[in-house]
Amino acid sequence: MASEPPLVEIRGLRFEYSGRTIFDGIDIDIRRGGVTAIMGPSGTGKTTLLRLIGGQERPMSGCVRVDGMEVARLSRKRLYELRKRMGMLFQSGALLTDLSVFDNVAFPLREHTRLPEEMIRDLVLVKLQAVGLRGARDLMPAALSGGMARRVALARAIALDPMMIMYDEPFSGQDPISMGVLVKLIREINDALGMTTIIVSHDVHETAAIADYLYLLSEGRVVEHGTPARLQRSGSEWTRQFLNGLPDGPVPFHYPAPEFGVELLQP
Amino acid sequence: MNQRITTTVLQRLGHWALGRLQRLGRGNLFLLHVVPGLPGLLARPGLMVQQTFAIGVLSLPIVVVAGLFVGMVLALQLYNTMVDFGAEQSLGPVVALSLVRELGPVVTALLFAGRAGSALAAEIGLMKATEQLSSMEMMAVDPLRRVVAPRLAGGILSLPLLSAIFSAVGISGGFLVATGLLGVDSNAYWSQMRANVDLFDDVANGVIKSVVFGVVVTWIAVFEGYDAAPTSEGVARATTRTVVNSSLAVLGLDFILTALMFGDNT
Ligand SMILES: Nc1ncnc2c1ncn2[C@@H]1O[C@H](COP(=O)(O)OP(=O)(O)OP(=O)(O)O)[C@@H](O)[C@H]1O
Ligand SMILES: [Mg+2]
Repeated sequence: MASEPPLVEIRGLRFEYSGRTIFDGIDIDIRRGGVTAIMGPSGTGKTTLLRLIGGQERPMSGCVRVDGMEVARLSRKRLYELRKRMGMLFQSGALLTDLSVFDNVAFPLREHTRLPEEMIRDLVLVKLQAVGLRGARDLMPAALSGGMARRVALARAIALDPMMIMYDEPFSGQDPISMGVLVKLIREINDALGMTTIIVSHDVHETAAIADYLYLLSEGRVVEHGTPARLQRSGSEWTRQFLNGLPDGPVPFHYPAPEFGVELLQP
Repeated sequence: MNQRITTTVLQRLGHWALGRLQRLGRGNLFLLHVVPGLPGLLARPGLMVQQTFAIGVLSLPIVVVAGLFVGMVLALQLYNTMVDFGAEQSLGPVVALSLVRELGPVVTALLFAGRAGSALAAEIGLMKATEQLSSMEMMAVDPLRRVVAPRLAGGILSLPLLSAIFSAVGISGGFLVATGLLGVDSNAYWSQMRANVDLFDDVANGVIKSVVFGVVVTWIAVFEGYDAAPTSEGVARATTRTVVNSSLAVLGLDFILTALMFGDNT
């Protein structure tokens, strides 16, 4: 078990956006078949990390290896082959607005397979049923709420039954009921299909409930990592504050600024 | 002091020119990446039909109305001049030549830039701003092939057809005014036209113009959309730039093409 190499291996990753360092040498392993969660304050670069894994951005130094292949060095063709085996749920959903819900979920199937239309129909309905939106198949994306759009995007991300799936904030905008269903669904999809899952999320409780392993990121570094149970008992003040959502502690709520009182008194 | 101003001006100018050249380079690279995707469209005619419909058929009303009025005005204006020389029986060929050689391709291309080019740029720019292009890439679908190539092909196919329709409607409009209002003999209108308009010298050259305009206008539109900053402001700028740049390109190219095609006759 331990000898099996991780599906995603990130080593010494450095990345910056126009001079601003987002990652300053991070190491992450995503174990095959498990659910790994990546958490951290808003703006630490969680979405950017997923884009690096998917090959949409290139690291300044260090490497990202997926299934043994270094993503940034793949030819365009090999990269696209790899992406067919990765599903990704975008933070915004990113549904194609000129296609109906049904056609959105059918999109990857129609682009990459030559399945007959009846089979595509059955597959799409199965995926939509799983996210509870089979009845919404004829709606256009503009007619969906944010939470519904994200569930459709989830159905689309699993349409090709990928080996790995990356969820960017799957829970935000979900009511308690669909939240509960989604949490279970993500775990079930992972276990039933033998997939590897990466979740990026702020929702500490839901994520900790299904994740096998957690990475906490902040200011370009991995602050701590381990199983949820171990992190709950962590001695680090930072980890305790983040996991329990305490207002006071080493994690600042405010973007760096001069003292508030001083700024108010200034003319 | 004076020298410093000169240097600043030169610096600005150089910066501006470099920026322009860089854009031009990006635009060419972009085209280079899209063109290999065009043959693949033959395997999926549905995509192209859909885009040709969206781009071409929906531009039809404005092209037909504009063609009709341009033809009618042309007949009125030319008649007033030609009647002084006793040449009013040649109204047919003159209207036809003006339309087929010049006004058809150029006015249609300008209308096309405003009607279809702006829509293309806005559509692609918004798809970028809402991460739709990004999500396609992550689904291993190349947006240059799936989104840009069919639109480019649809535009290139549509403009020559629209130009032909514009000219045909314009000639009919001219006929209505000439025979109905001005009393030109209807037989003379058509027979003179047939005798004096050459299929290769005139019609084919007009078609070549409109093909060139179709490529340039659609290329500018899809490039501006694809290159837009992913914000509402970026999309707005891309739309404006599409209309301005492609209109200027059409007018400039028209002069060059006209000089090449008809310049040696004089
Ligand atoms: N295209 C870009 N150009 C410049 N900076 C960017 C760009 N995209 C993101 N950033 C910056 O990179 C940082 C990380 O962004 P990212 O979207 O990865 O954060 P995140 O961890 O996903 O945040 P959230 O939890 O709010 O989604 C942010 O501070 C952002 O300002
Ligand atoms: Mg994010």
